[in-house]
Amino acid sequence: MAAASALLLCTLLMVSGGPSLANVATTTTVSPAEVSGNGTGHGAAQITELPIVTWKWHHVEAPYLVALWVLVCWLCKLLIEANHHVTEYIPESALLICCGFILGGMIWGADKQQTFKLAPRTFFFFLLPQIILDAGYSMPNKMFFTNLGGILIHAIIGTCWNAASVGLSLWGCNKGGAMGDTEIGLLQYLLFGSLLAAVDPVAVLAVFEQVHVNEVLFIMVFGESLLNDGVTVVLFNVFDAFVTLGGAKVTAAEIVKGIISFFVVAFGGSLLGFVFGLLISLLSRCTKNIQIIEPGFIFVVGYLAYLTAEMLSLSSILSITFCGICCQRYMNSNLNEESVKTIKYAMKVFANGSETMIFVFLGISAIDTTIWVWNTGFILLTLLFILIYRFMGVFFLTWFMNRTRLVPISLIDQVIMSYGGLRGAVAYGLAVLLDEAKIKEKNLMLSTTLIVVYFTVILQGITMKPLVKWLKVKTAAQSELTLIAKLQNRAFEHTLVAIEDISGQIGHNYMRDKWFKFEEKYMTWFLVKASVRKNQDRLNNVFHQLNLKDAMSYVDKGERRGSLEFIRNEGAFIDFKKKFDEEMSEVMPDIMANMSDDRAPPRRRDTVPSVSLELHEQNLRGNRTAEDFNSHHLLQQHLYKSRNQHRHRYSRSHFDINKDEDEVLEIFQRTMKSRLESFKSGKMGVAPPKTITKHSKKDQQPKMLNGKNKSYLSGDEDFEFSEGDSASGYDPSVPSRLNYRPGAGIENPAFMPDMDPSSALHVPPWLADMELDSVAPSQRAQVQLPWTPRNLRHLSPFQTSTRSSDSFQLTDEHQGDQDDLPPPPTPPPH
Amino acid sequence: MSSVGCSEPKVQPLCSNCSFDVAAGHLQGERQSAVCFCRNMGSSSSDMKTVPNSQELMEETGFSAAHLFRLYERFEFLDKDNKGHLRPEDFEAVQELSTNPIRDRIIGSFFPPGQETADFPTFVRILAHFRPTEKSRTRGDQPEPANSSTGKLKFAFQLYDQDRDGKISKDELLQVLRAMLEMQVTEEQLQSMAERAIQEADLDKDKAISFEEFRKTLEKVDTDQKMSSRFMK
Repeated sequence: MAAASALLLCTLLMVSGGPSLANVATTTTVSPAEVSGNGTGHGAAQITELPIVTWKWHHVEAPYLVALWVLVCWLCKLLIEANHHVTEYIPESALLICCGFILGGMIWGADKQQTFKLAPRTFFFFLLPQIILDAGYSMPNKMFFTNLGGILIHAIIGTCWNAASVGLSLWGCNKGGAMGDTEIGLLQYLLFGSLLAAVDPVAVLAVFEQVHVNEVLFIMVFGESLLNDGVTVVLFNVFDAFVTLGGAKVTAAEIVKGIISFFVVAFGGSLLGFVFGLLISLLSRCTKNIQIIEPGFIFVVGYLAYLTAEMLSLSSILSITFCGICCQRYMNSNLNEESVKTIKYAMKVFANGSETMIFVFLGISAIDTTIWVWNTGFILLTLLFILIYRFMGVFFLTWFMNRTRLVPISLIDQVIMSYGGLRGAVAYGLAVLLDEAKIKEKNLMLSTTLIVVYFTVILQGITMKPLVKWLKVKTAAQSELTLIAKLQNRAFEHTLVAIEDISGQIGHNYMRDKWFKFEEKYMTWFLVKASVRKNQDRLNNVFHQLNLKDAMSYVDKGERRGSLEFIRNEGAFIDFKKKFDEEMSEVMPDIMANMSDDRAPPRRRDTVPSVSLELHEQNLRGNRTAEDFNSHHLLQQHLYKSRNQHRHRYSRSHFDINKDEDEVLEIFQRTMKSRLESFKSGKMGVAPPKTITKHSKKDQQPKMLNGKNKSYLSGDEDFEFSEGDSASGYDPSVPSRLNYRPGAGIENPAFMPDMDPSSALHVPPWLADMELDSVAPSQRAQVQLPWTPRNLRHLSPFQTSTRSSDSFQLTDEHQGDQDDLPPPPTPPPH
Repeated sequence: MSSVGCSEPKVQPLCSNCSFDVAAGHLQGERQSAVCFCRNMGSSSSDMKTVPNSQELMEETGFSAAHLFRLYERFEFLDKDNKGHLRPEDFEAVQELSTNPIRDRIIGSFFPPGQETADFPTFVRILAHFRPTEKSRTRGDQPEPANSSTGKLKFAFQLYDQDRDGKISKDELLQVLRAMLEMQVTEEQLQSMAERAIQEADLDKDKAISFEEFRKTLEKVDTDQKMSSRFMK
């Protein structure tokens, strides 16, 4: 696999490299007339006869190269990700840079000059915005705003401190003669310091995503890297202006102007982003009729926010960050779930893609002898100062903050915060922007910046993981979403607010409470559609999510017993859908809004991406569980796919699923057919697919070992299932559940749940089977029983209903039947 | 004054804290005296006399003298007609509290069953639950300080457990849920949510959440942090 892709990569390089080199040669040496003679585009070339095909490379050159480079960079990523044993030790960003070295070397070898570089314009206008937008959009809001004070202190004071200390120290060393004779004045050193001061969001995200440190630590570093852009831009512009003005003209007035411009740039940028975010949210109130391009708005308007900020020379990064945060908060609730999913996906595609390109091009840019000016003293001292002052700054500021923080940041966390001060492409982009006419040693600065970037991204990136392990940094806690925990969290919040009120304090919680009240009253009213406003509550959302998850695990469980049985029993699923439609529509409008417009089969397909997206997010937070991954993979593989899926006419503006009557009929017919077949095969005594059963056993075993209540779980299981069965298997035609044999299918093939949505379900064969060979369900299945609303209780065979008297009676009846089974062990008391 | 000796090293670092609080507080004039008091604690004890049983309360709750004094001021502020104790109406008079969905529960927790009034020690003891937990707390003589994780959890638990039978029943949970979700959901939804929440926590299948189960469920939640107010630090 790796070899194959390497080969492909080389071929591509030849393709991309070959013509481009030739073409560079032609464009530089050959006169325009001759170029057009080559047959370029729509030029006035002399035609003597009608050409059937012509070679029009120049016609497509620029877009072609862009597309090719995107492809090459992504293939690099593919290549890297194919080697898991390497990425375990070396972060992806470092490997991508190394890939860039190799690619750059190839180009250099062929071309004898660096044809492709990361131009600042490309970087700032086309590669950076989507990464920052994604960062803002998927920002953990609560964490961010809770720690905003600390983040701001680090971003503003820390960055200024870095810039000033590095610049001044280098200047001092220069005076002391540590780096030979260089023509760099104090202001130029400060300019250099300021471009190196900022921690880079791209690099930080890339490295910290792979080491799963705790949330507070992550948000401190990440938030700082995002917000310090405002400072960097201002410092850079101010010192750039000072350098242009010359030392003599820098007066106190100019310095005051610089300080004022900082506030204008930073807050103006944030405000602009916020305004654009509000615009998008407002817009999203009325995009219902153009649902297909609805997800595009955030990208376009977000990009406009970035460009507008750039135009007004405000901080563009801050602008697009806050635009993203604002969209996440208000826009998401206006859009339907599909659009939100689309946005999340597209955002990740863009961000991940351009991040890859940035790192590869950072590597490529290095292979260019024209930029390299080596000055050992300068480079080593810069590295040293950057590291030292970062540590000093973080330690001092954290010490200051810890005096008022409720939970102080531990010393180890401070070390990681300091060590995580990675510099990246932003610094490089700024260094390239330096004006050689004004700064004689631009190339020295550029090459030093590159060294610093490589040092931090590669060396610090590689050592980050061992360091985190060695220092035993508190890593992200694996927490599972539970309703009760969410509920309790909410109760905690209310309690704290109340206590602050009673004891007469105005604090964090008080302010937050006030903000929420304000938000609820005005912002939401203004920005969010009336129809969704009332369903906005987090608790409710969690409930919804959990229910969806249960439905998934229900499907999954059935299908783990073997896909055959699952298909055979798919009536169950359709029934699920219909029951849901009929009975729940008035109860849970928010769920219905997402479910009512498509029928069961498409729904099933849709659930796969939604969950895998959540997986991706969990992955970001470091919570991926192998089990989840496994089951979703299985789901994707085994799900019954409807033939009717997209049979409808092609339409650019509609993506809805065929809803005609045929489909129901079709499903019914297929169900019948498969049932008849299963009935036949059951009669002939076809063996059940045992291998799959074993597989699922193996899957579940480790889970069980992890379980804290092992004895309880395995002890209770028989009891659980029997009760669940009796609740669902109410069909009186079933004499005894013991008649079930795996592979036998449904006893009563004439029974058609499709036609009779109100009737209850049969016992799914996999469950009957499960009961017999007593496979313990996974821990989660036990702890979080599918607790769907009560109307769905027939569907969730494991649930114990409190209210339904009939199911209780049935339980009692079945208890009698069950006597020939081993008696259910009573759960151990607690 | 034997206990002053043990609390004095604590008071000193807290002074800076108090001054911070003063800046943030809205009753600035009143607070100022607290800071002064705090700084001159060793010398002047005139203010000290205004707080009844201050030594015992400091010992018991771990509050510093400054905190205690501030709380006493608040207590007197709430106690409008100087009757020396608070009644539920006094709490209800707090303007900000009126929008809190679980206001009644919180207020109720100040009044143990059978008690109509809350005097200052009760007031302080309840608030002591919200002091941040100290890791290196070496007070062997007290079995369970109110601000330990267990103490905090117990407080949270009794917000639900109205009949004090040591279990959160579905109805009790439902009441809290109803209060917190207000008008946003239907009764049916509430029912199923309550059922689900119980289901999640209920380990021994008695359709109720005992304190042990409650604690287990919230193991992953950082209770120490979520039940601590920085003003009680």
